[in-house]
Amino acid sequence: MTLPALCFYLFSAVAIASGAMVVAGRNPVHSVLFLILAFLSAAGLFVLMGAEFLAMILAIVYVGAVAVLFLFVVMMLDIDFARFREGFLQYLPIGGTVGLALLIELGFMLAATRLGAGGAPLAAPGGPATGAESNTRVIGRLLYTEYFYLFQAAGLILLVAMVAAIALTLRERPGVRRQRVADQVARRPRDAIEIRQVPPGAGI
Amino acid sequence: MEIALAHYLVVGAILFSLGIFGIFLNRKNVIVILMAIELMLLAVNINLAAFSTWLGDPAGQVFAMFVLTVAAAEVSIGLAILVVYNRMRGTIEVEDVSAMKG
Repeated sequence: MTLPALCFYLFSAVAIASGAMVVAGRNPVHSVLFLILAFLSAAGLFVLMGAEFLAMILAIVYVGAVAVLFLFVVMMLDIDFARFREGFLQYLPIGGTVGLALLIELGFMLAATRLGAGGAPLAAPGGPATGAESNTRVIGRLLYTEYFYLFQAAGLILLVAMVAAIALTLRERPGVRRQRVADQVARRPRDAIEIRQVPPGAGI
Repeated sequence: MEIALAHYLVVGAILFSLGIFGIFLNRKNVIVILMAIELMLLAVNINLAAFSTWLGDPAGQVFAMFVLTVAAAEVSIGLAILVVYNRMRGTIEVEDVSAMKG
């Protein structure tokens, strides 16, 4: 068995095992950590395929941002997770049936489809041939020319998601004293200080 | 033994089925349901990238990037809704979510 094949089996086994742990884990924090492991293994698979840019994006965006967001929310919401386990086994038969049926269907489809002729072998040893364009350059060229409008639309989707998330979670709490810089700057001495003429011998 | 397209497709199929399984298994826990959806999107990305390499057409990888974008947006909004819901109700059990029911 060659080294790429060995790496493929290692990465895919880790990805599948950690995927199983994500859905079957008792503690959501453990689930998030296994999700990170699954993403990293999938990034390894992408590198084996020759999609290096996608692998790095997966590692940076997913592990760095999305999984950490999950972790943050799981830890921020103070929830009794033990209660979620009630009725866990109740859904096991139907979930197992549906999942297994889908897997068998996909297996049949894969077995019935002829994928032999044509196409490059994946996980080519030694990486791309010397002189070939790098994966990042190819994707960048495609993204900024042919799929430019889609790229802009993706940016717009992210903007809308950001605005929506902020608008959903922002709240004005009554009774909280916060600094109002505009009020402080607009304050004048005559608002704060009162000058009185005090006659001699008499108090105010 | 050569690692071919079918190997990657099998990995993607198993991960996708695991995601479906997880959605059914964790009916109460929205966070784990969101994670299962992430797992399914990851399986889709593996398929897209595998076909893209196999066909020698990098458009598949571009589409996988768009899938990543949409998944990130979905997660951020989903978690924001979850935080708001938890603030309102003090729980995140899915079975309690019937506020939209007529």
